[in-house]
Amino acid sequence: MIKNNAFGIIFANMHDDNLHELTARRTTGSVPFGGRYRFIDFTLSNMVNAGLTTVGVITKQNYMSLMDHLSSGRNWDLARKRGGLVFLPPMSLSDTGVYSGRLEALCNILSFISSRHEEYVIISDSNVICNMDLSPILDYHIENEADITMVYKKGTVDNEDGYESSVFEMDGNLITGISYYSKHPEETNVNLDVTIIKKDLLIEICTYAKSKKLSSFKNDYLVHNLHKLKICGYLHKGLSLIINSKKDYYKANMLLLQENVRKDLFLKGRPVYTKVKDDFPATYGLSSTCKNSLIADGCQIEGEVENSILFRGVKVNKGAVVKNSIIMQGSEIKENCSLNYVVADKNVSFSKESIINGTEKYPVYFSKGSNV
Amino acid sequence: MFKKKECIAMLLAGGQGSRLHVLTKDIAKPAVPYGGKYRIIDFPLSNCVNSGIDTVGVLTQYQPLVLNEYIGTGEPWDLDRSGGGVHVLPPYQKSSGSDWYTGTANAIYQNISFIDRYDPEYVLVLSGDHIYKMDYNLMLKSHIARNADCSIAVLDVPMEEASRFGIMNADENGYVYEFEEKPKHPKSTLASMGIYIFTWKKLKKYLLEDASDPNSSNDFGKNIIPAMLQNNEVLYAYQFDGYWKDVGTLDSLWEANMDLLNPAVPLDLNDKAWKIYGRNRITPPHFISDSASVQNCMIAEGSEIYGTVDFSVIFADVLIEEGAVVTDSIVMPGAVIKKGARVEYAIVGENAIVGEGAAVGARPETMDNRDDWGICVIGPEGELKSGEKLLPKEMLSKEEGIVR
Repeated sequence: MIKNNAFGIIFANMHDDNLHELTARRTTGSVPFGGRYRFIDFTLSNMVNAGLTTVGVITKQNYMSLMDHLSSGRNWDLARKRGGLVFLPPMSLSDTGVYSGRLEALCNILSFISSRHEEYVIISDSNVICNMDLSPILDYHIENEADITMVYKKGTVDNEDGYESSVFEMDGNLITGISYYSKHPEETNVNLDVTIIKKDLLIEICTYAKSKKLSSFKNDYLVHNLHKLKICGYLHKGLSLIINSKKDYYKANMLLLQENVRKDLFLKGRPVYTKVKDDFPATYGLSSTCKNSLIADGCQIEGEVENSILFRGVKVNKGAVVKNSIIMQGSEIKENCSLNYVVADKNVSFSKESIINGTEKYPVYFSKGSNV
Repeated sequence: MFKKKECIAMLLAGGQGSRLHVLTKDIAKPAVPYGGKYRIIDFPLSNCVNSGIDTVGVLTQYQPLVLNEYIGTGEPWDLDRSGGGVHVLPPYQKSSGSDWYTGTANAIYQNISFIDRYDPEYVLVLSGDHIYKMDYNLMLKSHIARNADCSIAVLDVPMEEASRFGIMNADENGYVYEFEEKPKHPKSTLASMGIYIFTWKKLKKYLLEDASDPNSSNDFGKNIIPAMLQNNEVLYAYQFDGYWKDVGTLDSLWEANMDLLNPAVPLDLNDKAWKIYGRNRITPPHFISDSASVQNCMIAEGSEIYGTVDFSVIFADVLIEEGAVVTDSIVMPGAVIKKGARVEYAIVGENAIVGEGAAVGARPETMDNRDDWGICVIGPEGELKSGEKLLPKEMLSKEEGIVR
């Protein structure tokens, strides 16, 4: 059990460039997912479920919707006197503006890190959808007397736009090398960007990094110190969906339509917390049909919905057909519309009789508030 | 420090609701689930906060554990406040002895010191038994404008129904001169809704007098109101116009839920201007599978539907397996309807299980004798074993099995 022995740090911004329309006006952490969540809910819930009571959230830009979503941290039981949710908005040492790498970001919040009394820090990105029990990982870190433990999964890499994922070369349970690939068809050890490190060591590393003006944790520091430090890898065997592109985003959402995926992600014992919205349960009209879909509260379905995910308060009017689509909060699909492979952001309005056909490989994206 | 309030609310939530039988065996009536995601008490609580009343005493007595836990500090209803908020008030021991709440007026009488903390001008007395949306502030404004000592909210009911209610006989200006409980020959159609606004100074006086009368049943309707009428206090009948449903019987609870599926019924719970708040479950959106057929119904989060659902209210975290058919029914949170089961005109309680191929209830048309037909109910955690039948008007309780 972690209880009071570790605090968390979440990077809410690291993947903003990869998700285009989805992160045009919001941080990666606040990208909506799965009918009622935002990416950061999974990371934050993992930490809270393992007993962490203090989590710092590092943000960079466009963080209004994230702040609104997290608020005091109450919904994750993090509205605390002793610790709780701490917002860490951008600050930069150099004159070049906001930080560019994780290491530089950590250096900027050194005073927060130093002020914590817990012995360990768990650092995580916010673009991996998984239900991960962090307690055994901390135990593993301590038992193995590791300096740093990094969590990985067995998988392949198939990224869009040349984005490079980091993978580990391992010797037993030690990480001996870090490489970057945008495509790696053979199974390998893919970094899940969850790192455990002793607070004191982190402070040491940051102090060093500050003096050398280092920016990237992996490239500027880790790679040069693989042999000086004991860096262990921990294999996460459960489901984990890394979202590095719009393609990954669409696929991950659609995976929720499979029962075994839902069972793995939404565990009764380790629930996924999110902001509460007092919506009315979904209603289905007389002429409605719905198949193989995930439907949130507040939806009003009068038309046809198939293989789709409808977020809160989506209205599908009579005669409208929605297939293979992801429709976010508050959007409305008016009478006799036909949508196929569409991803609509919040509050998009599709006027009567519109016909929009995307393809599985290239769904059509509509940004927040569009009137189609 | 207690802030002075113009008006505070006292919510009577101590009743057993015995006419809900198995549903209220272990929980108080206001804690009974309603409308897919709420509990009955969400309505008076939400009405209070939407009306600007931020201080509510909730008087509990019967099986209060679930209710007390549900209310907590009042945060879901925005009633977690520093100078007011919601307070659960169970009966308590005093140096002069202790007493359960012996009647509606006695419950308020025992909490005079709670009310006095806020030094209010007015006290709103509510019950936790009804489904309705109401702006109490409008009623308060009317009470003040009419110089009333007591305002009673009334609903104009059809004459045929009037003998079921406490009827207020009022003059053409709305001032009440007579009150009749369930009159055989009603003189008016103004039915009391059990919602009162009292000028606190006056009410306190009558409560103290009533408490010292050993023959009194310490009830608002039976004792306080008649006493005030006798002394020519100013009683005003405040007319309410809107949906209001007493959910004190199994039939009315079922009807009130089904009303939500009827677009002609004027209860709009999707009203952004008057939200009904409640404690939300931590569960993902619900899932409708390929094998499911879902029509004309309401489904809450966390449920997984693989069977057929028609004209029903499905609460959260319900599992309806493939081949199961649920029509004209209410399925409360956490219940499981197994493969091939049939549920018709029924209420399935929280976490109940309907076994494979079991049959719960029947359509009225299929009964030889229409008088034998009625809603049937499975109580919380009740289990109807595989292949078994629960007939209309029967109830299945976890501890006692099938009862009529």
